Amino acid sequence: MKRIITATVQNHSGVLNRITGLLQRRQFNIESISVGATETEGISKMTLVVEVEDEQRLEQVTKQLNKQIDVLKVSDITDKAIVSRELALIKVSSSSQLRSEINGLIDPFRATIIDVSKDSLAVQVTGKPEKIDAIIELLRPYGIKELARTGLTAFLRGHQPNVTELTSYSLIK
Amino acid sequence: MTVEAKLEFQASTAPKTGADLLIDLLVNEGVDTLFGYPGGAVLPIYDSIYRAKNRIKHILFRHEQGSIHAAEGYARITGKPGVVIATSGPGATNLVTGILDAMMDSLPLVVFTGQVSRSVIGTDAFQEADVMAITTPITKHNYQVQSLSDLPRIVKEAFHIASTGRPGPVLIDIPKDISQQISYEETSEVDFVLPGYQPTTKPNPLQIKKLAESLTKAKKPVILAGAGILHAKASKELTDFSVKHNLPVVNTLLGLGSFPGDHSLFLGMGGMHGTYTANMALYECDLLINFGARFDDRLTGNIKQFAPNAKVSHIDIDPAEIGKNITTHIPIVADAKEALIELQNQMQESPNHQEWLTTLMDRKEKFPLWYKSSGKEVSPQWLIQALFKVTKGDAIITTDVGQHQMWTAQYFPFLKPHQWITSGGLGTMGYGFPAAIGAQLAAPDQTVVAVVGDGGFQMTLQELSVIQERNLPVKIIIVNNGALGMVRQWQEVFYKDRYSESLIPNQPDFVKLAESYHIRGMKVESTEDLVSMLPEFISYEGPILMDCRIPMEEKVYPMIAPGKGIHEMIGVKP
Ligand SMILES: Cc1ncc(C[n+]2csc(CCOP(=O)(O)OP(=O)(O)O)c2C)c(N)n1
Repeated sequence: MKRIITATVQNHSGVLNRITGLLQRRQFNIESISVGATETEGISKMTLVVEVEDEQRLEQVTKQLNKQIDVLKVSDITDKAIVSRELALIKVSSSSQLRSEINGLIDPFRATIIDVSKDSLAVQVTGKPEKIDAIIELLRPYGIKELARTGLTAFLRGHQPNVTELTSYSLIK
Repeated sequence: MTVEAKLEFQASTAPKTGADLLIDLLVNEGVDTLFGYPGGAVLPIYDSIYRAKNRIKHILFRHEQGSIHAAEGYARITGKPGVVIATSGPGATNLVTGILDAMMDSLPLVVFTGQVSRSVIGTDAFQEADVMAITTPITKHNYQVQSLSDLPRIVKEAFHIASTGRPGPVLIDIPKDISQQISYEETSEVDFVLPGYQPTTKPNPLQIKKLAESLTKAKKPVILAGAGILHAKASKELTDFSVKHNLPVVNTLLGLGSFPGDHSLFLGMGGMHGTYTANMALYECDLLINFGARFDDRLTGNIKQFAPNAKVSHIDIDPAEIGKNITTHIPIVADAKEALIELQNQMQESPNHQEWLTTLMDRKEKFPLWYKSSGKEVSPQWLIQALFKVTKGDAIITTDVGQHQMWTAQYFPFLKPHQWITSGGLGTMGYGFPAAIGAQLAAPDQTVVAVVGDGGFQMTLQELSVIQERNLPVKIIIVNNGALGMVRQWQEVFYKDRYSESLIPNQPDFVKLAESYHIRGMKVESTEDLVSMLPEFISYEGPILMDCRIPMEEKVYPMIAPGKGIHEMIGVKP
C-alpha cells in the first residue's frame, strides 16, 4: 500500500542521507521524497511516499524514522484530510502549428506554458500525482523530450473532520 | 621530578588548543581510560594526551580493532561509554567492525576519529575517508565537528546519546585544523537540547495492567530475559519477580547472567544452541514475556514456528524493536527495571501453572545438555565446567566466536550480571581477547578469562603486547581444535564432510608465541594435564596463555538447523 509520511527534521548536515540510507538499508521502497524549509528556521520537512506491504512494515518505517536523533516528528497523513501537491515540468516537441492544440489540451488542468522554442514548449503543472500522471499521458503522443517532477509535498488541512480515529503508531500514547 | 615540573610548565603557558579542550571535556565527563592509536590527523590530540598524562590514561593497542573491542569490554563491565581514538582514513576504517559490533549489541561507545583539515575535505587528501557516510548506518549517531565552538556541546550530547535509552556507539569526526586551533572555549557547563531524542523509560501503566492480568491467567508463562535487563541493572528485580511468582526464565545469549544460572527456575539459554527445555518452553508457552531481547533470528529459529500459541508481551526501551520480527500483543516501551517494578506493583495474584512447571522441571531432568567424553582427551565442555569449578564462577569470561563460544554459554553458569562478554549480534571473530583486556582494565582485581578459538585468536593476537606491557593478568585459553570449528561443524553436518578452507592445522606454537611476548604459556594435551594445570593457570598473577588441545570432531549440540522451528532441535540427549 502506498502511504504518505511526513518527517520534521533538524536541518543538520547529512540528514537527508541518514533518511534515504535508512530506508534503503531496511528495504523500504521510496516512490518520491521532497524536502524543504518550514516556517521554523533550522527545521525542514520531508514528504515521503512509500510503498509498504502491510501494517507491520508501515509501523517499522515510522519507528525507524523516529529513532533518528535528527528526526523530530513522523506522521502518516495518508488517511487524514490533507492538501498534497506535486509540480511537474514537461518539455514537449511541438511546432508552432501544434501550440494552440496543446494549449487547449492542458487548459483544463490549469497548467501553463512557461517556455517556448522553435520545436518545443515547456508545460508547468501542479496538482496531485494522479492529475500529473494524466496530463503526462495526454502529452505523450506529441513526444515528451524531458520530464522533471518534484515529488509530493503535503500537509494537514486547517480543519480535520471528526471521523474515525486513525490507527496511531505510537506505543507510548 | 624535573620532567614533571617541565610538563606542568608547558601545560600552563602554552596556549590551549582544540585538542586540549577535548581532553578537558573528556575529564569532565569522568573518562579515565582512552583506547586508541595515533596518526597524522590526531597528532594534536595525542600531543594533548601527552601533556595531560596524569589526568587521563591512554592504552595503546596494536591495531585499532583491538582498541575498540577493548572499549566494548570496558563498557560491558562498567556500564560507562568506552572512549576510542583513531586517526583518519585507515585508522577510522579499522574501527568499522567494532563500531558495528557495539551497535548490534547496544554497547555505549564514544569514538573519536581524526579527519583531514576542513580546507581539504572532499579532495581525496592523504588519509581522507568519508567517515560520516561510512558510519552513519552503524552508529546511533555521528557528528563531524565544523567549528571548535560546537565541540563542548557535541561531546556532551555524544556521551548522553551513547549511554541513555538503548545504548550504542556515537562517533565524533574532528578535522585536524580544529584540534590544533587555539581555543578560547570554556569547558564549564554547556547546555544541549535534543528534541528528537527523548527515550521513554516509564512504562504505560495500562499496558502493565494488561500484562499483569494476562500473567495471572496464564497456564504456561515464560520469561525471556535479554541484555536489556543488564543495561537497566534490573537483574535483582527480575529475579525477585520470577521467584515470587514462580516464573521460569530463559536467557538470550547476551542476557546470560541477568538471572542466576544455577537457579531452579532457570531453563537455560534459548535459540540455535540453547537447551531443549528452554526452546520447548518458548515453543509451547501461552504467555511469553520478553524483557529487553530483540527476537534475533538466532534465538527464534523459523519465526513462523516461534511461540505459535503465545500471547507475546515485549518490554523494550527501543520502540522500533517491538513488533519488528514477532507480532506483539502487549507492547511496552520502557526501561526494564521500571517496567518490572510497576509490574510487581500491579500483580494481584500469581498464575496457577504448577502443571507447566512440572513439565519443565521434568524436561530439565531428562534432557540436560550432554556430551560424550573419552576421558583422555580434553572435552571442551568439560574444560568449561572445570573453569567454572576452579574459579567458583567468580570470574569475568569473554569469548570469541564459534564453537568455544557456544560451549562457554552452555556450560558456564553465570551466577551474576556483568561477568559475561561475547559478541552476539555481529558474531565478530577476534573480539574475545581484546574485549578481555578492556574488562581487565575496568575490573583490575577480578579474574578475567578469555576463552578463544585458535582461529579467532589469530585475528587479534597482536594485543599480547598490551597485556605484557601493562602487566594485565588476563588469562587466555585457546580452545584449540586446529580448525575453524564452527564452520567445520556446519560442513560436516550440512555439506557432507566437504571441509572447504576450514582446517588450519598449520599454526604457530602458541606457547612459544606467548613466551616471545614474555608471557607465560602452557600446553594442555590431556584431561590429566588440564587437571594439574588449570588451578595454577587461574591463580597465576600475571598474563598467561593456555593452548588447550581438544578433538577436532567435537560438535556443539543440541542445535536448530537453519530454517527449522525452535521445537525441532537435533542432538538432544537421547
Ligand atoms: C570476522 C569473522 N570472520 C568469519 C566468521 C565466520 N565464522 C564463524 S565461527 C568461525 C570459526 C571460528 O573458528 P575458531 O576461532 O577456531 O573457533 P571454534 O569454532 O573452532 O571454536 C568462522 C570462520 C566470523 N564469525 N567472523
